[in-house]
Amino acid sequence: MEMLGAVLTMLVTLDPALTGIVGLSLQVSLLAVLFAALIGAPLGAALAIWSFPGRRAVLLIASTAMGLPPVVVGLVFYLLLSRAGPLGEWGLLFTPAAMVMAQTALVLPIVISLTHQAVRPLAMSYADMMESFGASGRLRLFTLLWDARFAVSTALLAGFGRAIAEVGAVLIVGGNINGHTRVMTTAIAMETSKGALELALSLGVVLLIVALAVNAAMMALASFGKRYEAA
Amino acid sequence: MEERQATITPLPRAERAAATLLLDNAVVEKDGDRLLGPISATVASAGVTVVLGANGAGKSQFLRLIHGLSAPSSGAVRWGERPPSDARNEQGYVFQVAPLMRRSVWANVEFPLIARKWPRAMRAARTAEALERARLAEKAALPAAALSGGERQRMALARAWATGPKVMMLDEPCASLDPASVAEFERFLTAIRDEGAKLFLATHDLGQAQRLAEDVLFFAEGRLAEQAPASRFFAAPASDAARRYLAGEL
Repeated sequence: MEMLGAVLTMLVTLDPALTGIVGLSLQVSLLAVLFAALIGAPLGAALAIWSFPGRRAVLLIASTAMGLPPVVVGLVFYLLLSRAGPLGEWGLLFTPAAMVMAQTALVLPIVISLTHQAVRPLAMSYADMMESFGASGRLRLFTLLWDARFAVSTALLAGFGRAIAEVGAVLIVGGNINGHTRVMTTAIAMETSKGALELALSLGVVLLIVALAVNAAMMALASFGKRYEAA
Repeated sequence: MEERQATITPLPRAERAAATLLLDNAVVEKDGDRLLGPISATVASAGVTVVLGANGAGKSQFLRLIHGLSAPSSGAVRWGERPPSDARNEQGYVFQVAPLMRRSVWANVEFPLIARKWPRAMRAARTAEALERARLAEKAALPAAALSGGERQRMALARAWATGPKVMMLDEPCASLDPASVAEFERFLTAIRDEGAKLFLATHDLGQAQRLAEDVLFFAEGRLAEQAPASRFFAAPASDAARRYLAGEL
Protein backbone atom coordinates (compact mmCIF):
# COMPACT_ATOMS: atom_id res chain seq x y z
CA MET A 1 0.00 0.00 0.00
CA GLU A 2 2.80 2.28 0.95
CA MET A 3 4.51 1.50 -2.33
CA LEU A 4 1.40 2.27 -4.37
CA GLY A 5 1.21 5.64 -2.67
CA ALA A 6 4.82 6.33 -3.61
CA VAL A 7 4.16 5.27 -7.20
CA LEU A 8 1.13 7.55 -7.43
CA THR A 9 3.09 10.44 -5.99
CA MET A 10 5.85 9.96 -8.54
CA LEU A 11 3.37 9.86 -11.39
CA VAL A 12 1.24 12.77 -10.24
CA THR A 13 4.10 15.07 -9.28
CA LEU A 14 5.96 14.23 -12.49
CA ASP A 15 9.10 13.28 -10.60
CA PRO A 16 12.11 14.53 -12.62
CA ALA A 17 13.84 11.16 -12.39
CA LEU A 18 10.77 9.66 -14.00
CA THR A 19 10.11 12.29 -16.68
CA GLY A 20 13.74 12.38 -17.81
CA ILE A 21 13.71 8.66 -18.46
CA VAL A 22 10.28 8.71 -20.12
CA GLY A 23 11.29 11.65 -22.29
CA LEU A 24 14.45 9.95 -23.54
CA SER A 25 12.52 6.72 -24.22
CA LEU A 26 9.98 8.56 -26.33
CA GLN A 27 12.67 10.52 -28.15
CA VAL A 28 14.74 7.47 -29.03
CA SER A 29 11.82 5.30 -30.13
CA LEU A 30 10.01 8.05 -32.04
CA LEU A 31 13.17 8.93 -33.93
CA ALA A 32 13.75 5.26 -34.71
CA VAL A 33 10.21 4.99 -36.09
CA LEU A 34 10.70 8.17 -38.09
CA PHE A 35 13.86 6.84 -39.76
CA ALA A 36 12.32 3.41 -40.27
CA ALA A 37 9.30 5.09 -41.88
CA LEU A 38 11.40 7.21 -44.22
CA ILE A 39 13.28 4.15 -45.43
CA GLY A 40 10.78 1.35 -44.92
CA ALA A 41 7.48 2.79 -46.12
CA PRO A 42 8.66 3.66 -49.67
CA LEU A 43 10.58 0.38 -49.80
CA GLY A 44 7.54 -1.64 -48.70
CA ALA A 45 5.37 0.16 -51.25
CA ALA A 46 7.95 -0.36 -54.00
CA LEU A 47 8.01 -4.07 -53.20
CA ALA A 48 4.24 -4.09 -53.55
CA ILE A 49 4.19 -2.25 -56.88
CA TRP A 50 7.11 -3.62 -58.85
CA SER A 51 8.46 -7.08 -59.29
CA PHE A 52 12.19 -7.47 -59.76
CA PRO A 53 14.65 -10.29 -59.21
CA GLY A 54 15.08 -10.92 -55.53
CA ARG A 55 11.78 -9.32 -54.53
CA ARG A 56 10.48 -12.42 -52.80
CA ALA A 57 13.78 -12.92 -51.02
CA VAL A 58 13.66 -9.36 -49.66
CA LEU A 59 10.10 -9.93 -48.46
CA LEU A 60 11.06 -13.18 -46.80
CA ILE A 61 14.00 -11.56 -45.05
CA ALA A 62 11.87 -8.61 -43.95
CA SER A 63 9.11 -10.78 -42.52
CA THR A 64 11.60 -13.04 -40.77
CA ALA A 65 13.40 -10.04 -39.34
CA MET A 66 10.16 -8.81 -37.76
CA GLY A 67 10.91 -11.21 -34.96
CA LEU A 68 14.62 -10.45 -34.55
CA PRO A 69 15.73 -10.78 -30.92
CA PRO A 70 16.59 -7.24 -29.78
CA VAL A 71 19.68 -8.46 -27.92
CA VAL A 72 21.08 -9.84 -31.17
CA VAL A 73 20.45 -6.54 -32.94
CA GLY A 74 22.07 -4.79 -29.99
CA LEU A 75 25.06 -7.06 -30.21
CA VAL A 76 25.49 -6.44 -33.94
CA PHE A 77 25.38 -2.67 -33.45
CA TYR A 78 27.71 -2.99 -30.48
CA LEU A 79 30.25 -4.71 -32.70
CA LEU A 80 29.75 -2.16 -35.48
CA LEU A 81 30.07 0.84 -33.18
CA SER A 82 32.64 -0.35 -30.68
CA ARG A 83 36.01 1.31 -30.94
CA ALA A 84 37.50 -1.55 -32.96
CA GLY A 85 34.43 -1.91 -35.15
CA PRO A 86 34.00 -0.58 -38.70
CA LEU A 87 31.97 2.42 -37.46
CA GLY A 88 34.03 2.84 -34.31
CA GLU A 89 35.47 6.20 -35.25
CA TRP A 90 32.01 7.75 -35.17
CA GLY A 91 32.26 7.42 -31.40
CA LEU A 92 28.58 6.64 -31.02
CA LEU A 93 28.62 3.67 -28.68
CA PHE A 94 26.74 4.37 -25.42
CA THR A 95 24.95 7.40 -26.87
CA PRO A 96 21.28 7.94 -27.66
CA ALA A 97 22.25 8.02 -31.35
CA ALA A 98 23.41 4.41 -31.13
CA MET A 99 20.12 3.48 -29.48
CA VAL A 100 18.19 5.14 -32.28
CA MET A 101 20.22 3.22 -34.84
CA ALA A 102 19.64 -0.14 -33.19
CA GLN A 103 15.93 0.49 -32.77
CA THR A 104 15.63 1.68 -36.36
CA ALA A 105 17.01 -1.69 -37.42
CA LEU A 106 14.44 -3.41 -35.21
CA VAL A 107 11.51 -1.41 -36.50
CA LEU A 108 12.49 -1.33 -40.17
CA PRO A 109 11.46 -4.92 -41.04
CA ILE A 110 8.06 -4.33 -39.40
CA VAL A 111 7.49 -1.18 -41.42
CA ILE A 112 8.61 -2.82 -44.68
CA SER A 113 6.54 -5.96 -44.20
CA LEU A 114 3.36 -4.34 -42.98
CA THR A 115 3.53 -1.53 -45.55
CA HIS A 116 3.95 -4.12 -48.27
CA GLN A 117 0.93 -6.02 -46.97
CA ALA A 118 -1.14 -2.85 -46.80
CA VAL A 119 -0.18 -1.55 -50.22
CA ARG A 120 -0.16 -4.79 -52.20
CA PRO A 121 -3.93 -5.21 -52.78
CA LEU A 122 -4.29 -1.52 -53.64
CA ALA A 123 -1.35 -1.68 -56.03
CA MET A 124 -3.00 -4.58 -57.84
CA SER A 125 -6.36 -2.87 -58.17
CA TYR A 126 -4.83 0.47 -59.21
CA ALA A 127 -2.29 -0.95 -61.68
CA ASP A 128 -4.29 -0.66 -64.92
CA MET A 129 -5.71 2.71 -63.97
CA MET A 130 -2.24 4.08 -63.20
CA GLU A 131 -1.01 2.79 -66.53
CA SER A 132 -3.99 4.35 -68.28
CA PHE A 133 -3.36 7.74 -66.66
CA GLY A 134 0.33 7.54 -67.47
CA ALA A 135 1.28 8.06 -63.81
CA SER A 136 5.01 8.18 -63.15
CA GLY A 137 6.64 5.63 -60.85
CA ARG A 138 7.14 8.28 -58.20
CA LEU A 139 3.50 9.35 -58.33
CA ARG A 140 2.36 5.73 -58.09
CA LEU A 141 4.49 5.16 -55.03
CA PHE A 142 3.28 8.21 -53.14
CA THR A 143 -0.32 7.75 -54.28
CA LEU A 144 -0.39 4.20 -52.96
CA LEU A 145 1.28 5.18 -49.69
CA TRP A 146 -1.28 7.94 -49.25
CA ASP A 147 -4.26 5.77 -50.14
CA ALA A 148 -3.02 3.11 -47.73
CA ARG A 149 -2.26 5.79 -45.13
CA PHE A 150 -4.35 4.29 -42.34
CA ALA A 151 -2.80 0.85 -42.63
CA VAL A 152 0.68 2.33 -43.05
CA SER A 153 0.18 4.41 -39.91
CA THR A 154 -0.83 1.25 -38.11
CA ALA A 155 2.42 -0.33 -39.26
CA LEU A 156 4.33 2.61 -37.79
CA LEU A 157 2.47 2.29 -34.52
CA ALA A 158 3.27 -1.42 -34.39
CA GLY A 159 6.92 -0.53 -34.94
CA PHE A 160 6.76 2.08 -32.18
CA GLY A 161 5.20 -0.46 -29.83
CA ARG A 162 8.10 -2.81 -30.44
CA ALA A 163 10.73 -0.11 -30.04
CA ILE A 164 9.42 1.45 -26.84
CA ALA A 165 9.04 -1.93 -25.14
CA GLU A 166 12.34 -3.59 -26.06
CA VAL A 167 15.17 -3.69 -23.59
CA GLY A 168 17.97 -5.76 -25.11
CA ALA A 169 19.15 -3.50 -27.91
CA VAL A 170 19.10 -0.21 -26.02
CA LEU A 171 20.78 -1.82 -23.04
CA ILE A 172 23.71 -3.16 -25.06
CA VAL A 173 24.39 -0.13 -27.26
CA GLY A 174 23.19 2.50 -24.78
CA GLY A 175 24.70 1.12 -21.62
CA ASN A 176 21.89 2.38 -19.32
CA ILE A 177 23.92 5.41 -18.25
CA ASN A 178 22.03 7.52 -15.75
CA GLY A 179 20.81 10.76 -17.23
CA HIS A 180 22.33 9.95 -20.60
CA THR A 181 21.11 6.67 -22.06
CA ARG A 182 18.73 5.34 -19.42
CA VAL A 183 15.29 4.59 -20.85
CA MET A 184 12.15 3.10 -19.34
CA THR A 185 12.87 -0.54 -19.99
CA THR A 186 16.51 -0.50 -18.95
CA ALA A 187 15.62 1.52 -15.86
CA ILE A 188 12.90 -0.94 -14.88
CA ALA A 189 15.31 -3.85 -15.19
CA MET A 190 17.95 -2.12 -13.11
CA GLU A 191 15.71 -0.59 -10.44
CA THR A 192 14.00 -3.92 -9.94
CA SER A 193 17.28 -5.71 -9.40
CA LYS A 194 18.27 -2.94 -6.96
CA GLY A 195 14.99 -3.37 -5.13
CA ALA A 196 13.87 0.21 -5.89
CA LEU A 197 10.42 -0.91 -6.87
CA GLU A 198 8.68 2.50 -6.74
CA LEU A 199 10.48 3.89 -9.75
CA ALA A 200 10.32 0.55 -11.56
CA LEU A 201 6.58 0.29 -11.04
CA SER A 202 5.97 3.90 -11.98
CA LEU A 203 7.86 3.39 -15.24
CA GLY A 204 5.92 0.17 -15.80
CA VAL A 205 2.67 2.09 -15.46
CA VAL A 206 3.85 4.69 -17.96
CA LEU A 207 4.90 1.96 -20.37
CA LEU A 208 1.47 0.35 -20.12
CA ILE A 209 -0.22 3.69 -20.71
CA VAL A 210 1.91 4.22 -23.82
CA ALA A 211 0.96 0.74 -25.06
CA LEU A 212 -2.69 1.50 -24.40
CA ALA A 213 -2.45 4.78 -26.30
CA VAL A 214 -0.75 3.08 -29.25
CA ASN A 215 -3.45 0.44 -29.46
CA ALA A 216 -6.23 2.98 -29.11
CA ALA A 217 -4.68 4.95 -31.95
CA MET A 218 -4.52 1.80 -34.09
CA MET A 219 -8.19 1.08 -33.49
CA ALA A 220 -9.19 4.65 -34.26
CA LEU A 221 -7.17 4.61 -37.48
CA ALA A 222 -8.71 1.33 -38.57
CA SER A 223 -12.25 2.55 -38.07
CA PHE A 224 -11.53 5.90 -39.68
CA GLY A 225 -9.88 4.19 -42.64
CA LYS A 226 -12.98 2.06 -43.20
CA ARG A 227 -14.79 5.13 -44.48
CA TYR A 228 -12.54 5.16 -47.52
CA GLU A 229 -12.72 1.48 -48.32
CA ALA A 230 -15.14 0.33 -50.98
CA ALA A 231 -17.86 -1.89 -49.61
CA MET B 1 -18.29 -19.89 -88.04
CA GLU B 2 -18.33 -17.26 -90.69
CA GLU B 3 -15.78 -14.58 -90.27
CA ARG B 4 -15.68 -11.19 -91.85
CA GLN B 5 -12.60 -9.16 -91.39
CA ALA B 6 -12.24 -5.73 -92.79
CA THR B 7 -9.08 -5.18 -94.75
CA ILE B 8 -6.78 -2.34 -93.93
CA THR B 9 -7.21 0.57 -96.24
CA PRO B 10 -4.82 3.43 -95.77
CA LEU B 11 -6.69 6.60 -94.94
CA PRO B 12 -5.72 10.08 -96.06
CA ARG B 13 -3.50 11.37 -93.29
CA ALA B 14 -5.07 14.77 -93.04
CA GLU B 15 -8.38 13.26 -92.01
CA ARG B 16 -7.94 12.93 -88.25
CA ALA B 17 -5.52 10.17 -88.99
CA ALA B 18 -4.19 10.24 -85.43
CA ALA B 19 -7.42 8.81 -84.11
CA THR B 20 -8.11 6.19 -86.75
CA LEU B 21 -7.61 2.76 -85.28
CA LEU B 22 -5.83 0.16 -87.37
CA LEU B 23 -5.35 -3.46 -86.44
CA ASP B 24 -3.28 -5.76 -88.58
CA ASN B 25 -3.49 -9.42 -87.61
CA ALA B 26 -3.22 -8.46 -83.96
CA VAL B 27 -3.06 -11.39 -81.57
CA VAL B 28 -3.00 -11.38 -77.76
CA GLU B 29 -1.65 -14.44 -76.03
CA LYS B 30 -0.94 -15.14 -72.40
CA ASP B 31 1.06 -18.14 -71.23
CA GLY B 32 0.57 -19.76 -74.62
CA ASP B 33 -3.22 -19.32 -74.59
CA ARG B 34 -4.72 -17.21 -77.32
CA LEU B 35 -7.01 -14.64 -75.76
CA LEU B 36 -7.72 -12.58 -78.82
CA GLY B 37 -7.25 -12.50 -82.57
CA PRO B 38 -5.97 -12.48 -85.10
CA ILE B 39 -7.85 -9.27 -85.72
CA SER B 40 -7.57 -6.99 -88.70
CA ALA B 41 -9.77 -3.94 -88.82
CA THR B 42 -9.96 -0.23 -89.45
CA VAL B 43 -12.22 1.77 -87.17
CA ALA B 44 -13.26 5.30 -88.04
CA SER B 45 -12.09 8.12 -85.84
CA ALA B 46 -15.53 9.46 -84.91
CA GLY B 47 -18.77 8.24 -83.49
CA VAL B 48 -19.70 5.48 -81.10
CA THR B 49 -18.38 2.01 -81.80
CA VAL B 50 -20.16 -0.56 -79.70
CA VAL B 51 -18.19 -3.67 -78.85
CA LEU B 52 -20.55 -6.60 -78.53
CA GLY B 53 -20.14 -10.24 -77.69
CA ALA B 54 -20.82 -12.87 -75.06
CA ASN B 55 -18.81 -13.12 -71.85
CA GLY B 56 -15.29 -14.18 -72.67
CA ALA B 57 -15.65 -13.28 -76.34
CA GLY B 58 -12.73 -10.85 -76.10
CA LYS B 59 -14.37 -7.44 -75.58
CA SER B 60 -12.24 -6.45 -72.63
CA GLN B 61 -9.13 -7.90 -74.24
CA PHE B 62 -9.84 -5.82 -77.31
CA LEU B 63 -10.26 -2.59 -75.35
CA ARG B 64 -7.12 -3.29 -73.34
CA LEU B 65 -5.22 -3.99 -76.54
CA ILE B 66 -6.18 -0.79 -78.30
CA HIS B 67 -5.47 1.26 -75.15
CA GLY B 68 -2.04 -0.30 -74.87
CA LEU B 69 -2.71 -2.05 -71.56
CA SER B 70 -1.75 -5.28 -73.24
CA ALA B 71 0.69 -5.58 -76.10
CA PRO B 72 -0.01 -7.68 -79.18
CA SER B 73 1.91 -10.96 -79.16
CA SER B 74 2.03 -10.67 -82.92
CA GLY B 75 0.58 -8.35 -85.51
CA ALA B 76 0.18 -4.63 -85.00
CA VAL B 77 -2.12 -2.03 -83.48
CA ARG B 78 -1.82 1.61 -84.44
CA TRP B 79 -3.69 4.84 -83.95
CA GLY B 80 -2.83 6.46 -87.24
CA GLU B 81 0.93 6.32 -87.15
CA ARG B 82 1.30 5.86 -83.43
CA PRO B 83 1.43 2.78 -81.23
CA PRO B 84 -1.23 2.61 -78.47
CA SER B 85 1.25 3.48 -75.71
CA ASP B 86 1.91 6.82 -77.46
CA ALA B 87 -1.72 7.54 -78.19
CA ARG B 88 -2.81 6.76 -74.66
CA ASN B 89 -2.38 10.24 -73.27
CA GLU B 90 -5.19 11.37 -75.56
CA GLN B 91 -7.44 8.60 -74.34
CA GLY B 92 -9.58 7.81 -71.32
CA TYR B 93 -10.55 4.37 -70.07
CA VAL B 94 -13.47 3.46 -67.83
CA PHE B 95 -12.90 0.07 -66.26
CA GLN B 96 -15.64 -2.43 -65.68
CA VAL B 97 -14.97 -2.22 -61.97
CA ALA B 98 -13.50 1.24 -61.67
CA PRO B 99 -10.99 1.39 -58.82
CA LEU B 100 -12.12 3.80 -56.14
CA MET B 101 -9.10 5.60 -54.87
CA ARG B 102 -9.19 5.91 -51.09
CA ARG B 103 -9.69 9.61 -51.08
CA SER B 104 -12.42 12.13 -51.78
CA VAL B 105 -14.52 12.18 -54.93
CA TRP B 106 -12.78 15.42 -55.84
CA ALA B 107 -9.32 13.91 -55.40
CA ASN B 108 -10.33 10.90 -57.48
CA VAL B 109 -11.33 13.06 -60.42
CA GLU B 110 -8.35 15.36 -60.05
CA PHE B 111 -5.86 12.50 -60.00
CA PRO B 112 -5.38 11.95 -63.77
CA LEU B 113 -4.74 15.68 -64.12
CA ILE B 114 -1.94 15.38 -61.58
CA ALA B 115 -0.62 12.35 -63.43
CA ARG B 116 -0.59 14.34 -66.67
CA LYS B 117 1.07 17.26 -64.89
CA TRP B 118 -1.62 19.89 -65.35
CA PRO B 119 -0.90 23.17 -63.52
CA ARG B 120 -2.70 23.46 -60.20
CA ALA B 121 -5.08 26.26 -61.16
CA MET B 122 -6.22 24.48 -64.31
CA ARG B 123 -6.71 21.28 -62.34
CA ALA B 124 -9.18 22.88 -59.97
CA ALA B 125 -11.30 24.38 -62.72
CA ARG B 126 -11.31 21.19 -64.75
CA THR B 127 -12.12 18.96 -61.77
CA ALA B 128 -15.02 21.21 -60.85
CA GLU B 129 -16.30 21.08 -64.43
CA ALA B 130 -16.03 17.29 -64.60
CA LEU B 131 -17.90 16.86 -61.32
CA GLU B 132 -20.54 19.33 -62.42
CA ARG B 133 -21.13 17.40 -65.61
CA ALA B 134 -21.27 14.10 -63.74
CA ARG B 135 -23.77 15.71 -61.33
CA LEU B 136 -21.49 14.95 -58.45
CA ALA B 137 -20.52 18.49 -57.48
CA GLU B 138 -22.35 18.25 -54.17
CA LYS B 139 -20.57 15.04 -53.27
CA ALA B 140 -17.07 16.29 -54.08
CA ALA B 141 -15.88 16.23 -50.47
CA LEU B 142 -17.17 12.74 -49.64
CA PRO B 143 -14.95 9.68 -49.68
CA ALA B 144 -15.46 7.98 -53.05
CA ALA B 145 -16.51 4.84 -51.19
CA ALA B 146 -19.61 6.68 -49.96
CA LEU B 147 -21.05 6.95 -53.48
CA SER B 148 -23.78 4.68 -54.83
CA GLY B 149 -23.05 2.30 -57.69
CA GLY B 150 -24.37 4.68 -60.33
CA GLU B 151 -22.50 7.61 -58.84
CA ARG B 152 -19.28 5.60 -58.75
CA GLN B 153 -19.50 4.88 -62.46
CA ARG B 154 -20.25 8.53 -63.23
CA MET B 155 -17.25 9.47 -61.13
CA ALA B 156 -15.14 6.99 -63.10
CA LEU B 157 -16.43 8.54 -66.33
CA ALA B 158 -15.69 12.04 -65.05
CA ARG B 159 -12.21 10.91 -64.04
CA ALA B 160 -11.51 9.41 -67.46
CA TRP B 161 -12.99 12.44 -69.19
CA ALA B 162 -11.20 15.07 -67.10
CA THR B 163 -8.04 15.12 -69.19
CA GLY B 164 -10.07 15.85 -72.33
CA PRO B 165 -9.53 12.60 -74.23
CA LYS B 166 -10.17 12.34 -77.95
CA VAL B 167 -10.94 8.66 -77.57
CA MET B 168 -12.62 6.85 -74.71
CA MET B 169 -12.89 3.15 -73.99
CA LEU B 170 -15.68 2.02 -71.71
CA ASP B 171 -15.74 -1.57 -70.53
CA GLU B 172 -19.32 -2.48 -69.63
CA PRO B 173 -19.64 0.64 -67.50
CA CYS B 174 -23.32 0.08 -66.78
CA ALA B 175 -23.17 -3.65 -66.09
CA SER B 176 -24.52 -3.47 -62.55
CA LEU B 177 -26.59 -0.30 -62.64
CA ASP B 178 -30.33 0.20 -62.32
CA PRO B 179 -32.18 1.81 -65.26
CA ALA B 180 -32.25 5.28 -63.74
CA SER B 181 -28.50 5.19 -63.16
CA VAL B 182 -27.96 3.90 -66.70
CA ALA B 183 -30.00 6.81 -68.07
CA GLU B 184 -27.99 9.31 -66.06
CA PHE B 185 -24.73 7.71 -67.19
CA GLU B 186 -25.81 7.78 -70.83
CA ARG B 187 -26.76 11.45 -70.57
CA PHE B 188 -23.18 12.29 -69.63
CA LEU B 189 -21.83 9.88 -72.22
CA THR B 190 -23.85 11.25 -75.12
CA ALA B 191 -22.77 14.77 -74.19
CA ILE B 192 -19.16 13.62 -74.46
CA ARG B 193 -19.92 12.01 -77.80
CA ASP B 194 -21.62 15.14 -79.08
CA GLU B 195 -18.48 17.11 -78.35
CA GLY B 196 -16.63 14.92 -80.78
CA ALA B 197 -14.92 12.24 -78.71
CA LYS B 198 -14.62 8.81 -80.27
CA LEU B 199 -16.18 6.18 -78.00
CA PHE B 200 -15.58 2.45 -77.80
CA LEU B 201 -18.32 1.02 -75.62
CA ALA B 202 -18.34 -2.62 -74.61
CA THR B 203 -21.77 -3.63 -73.42
CA HIS B 204 -24.14 -6.51 -72.87
CA ASP B 205 -27.15 -4.29 -72.98
CA LEU B 206 -28.63 -4.54 -76.47
CA GLY B 207 -30.95 -1.63 -75.74
CA GLN B 208 -27.97 0.53 -74.86
CA ALA B 209 -26.12 -0.74 -77.92
CA GLN B 210 -28.97 0.24 -80.23
CA ARG B 211 -29.43 3.62 -78.57
CA LEU B 212 -25.79 4.58 -78.93
CA ALA B 213 -24.06 2.56 -81.62
CA GLU B 214 -23.08 3.94 -84.96
CA ASP B 215 -21.11 0.88 -85.80
CA VAL B 216 -20.61 -2.45 -84.16
CA LEU B 217 -17.65 -4.70 -83.56
CA PHE B 218 -19.01 -8.14 -82.74
CA PHE B 219 -16.66 -10.60 -81.04
CA ALA B 220 -17.06 -14.34 -80.70
CA GLU B 221 -14.50 -16.68 -79.22
CA GLY B 222 -11.73 -14.13 -79.23
CA ARG B 223 -12.23 -13.15 -82.84
CA LEU B 224 -13.81 -10.22 -84.58
CA ALA B 225 -16.74 -12.03 -86.12
CA GLU B 226 -18.38 -9.01 -87.67
CA GLN B 227 -17.83 -5.31 -88.19
CA ALA B 228 -20.83 -3.42 -89.51
CA PRO B 229 -22.81 -0.20 -89.30
CA ALA B 230 -25.23 -0.47 -86.40
CA SER B 231 -28.38 -0.20 -88.50
CA ARG B 232 -27.27 -3.05 -90.70
CA PHE B 233 -25.95 -5.15 -87.84
CA PHE B 234 -29.13 -5.11 -85.81
CA ALA B 235 -31.43 -5.54 -88.83
CA ALA B 236 -29.50 -8.24 -90.63
CA PRO B 237 -26.42 -9.59 -88.90
CA ALA B 238 -24.16 -11.26 -91.42
CA SER B 239 -22.40 -13.74 -89.18
CA ASP B 240 -24.00 -16.78 -87.72
CA ALA B 241 -22.55 -15.99 -84.27
CA ALA B 242 -24.08 -12.51 -84.30
CA ARG B 243 -27.47 -13.86 -85.34
CA ARG B 244 -27.40 -16.29 -82.45
CA TYR B 245 -26.21 -13.61 -80.04
CA LEU B 246 -28.98 -11.22 -81.03
CA ALA B 247 -31.51 -14.04 -80.71
CA GLY B 248 -30.30 -14.60 -77.18
CA GLU B 249 -28.73 -17.95 -77.88
CA LEU B 250 -25.12 -17.04 -77.16
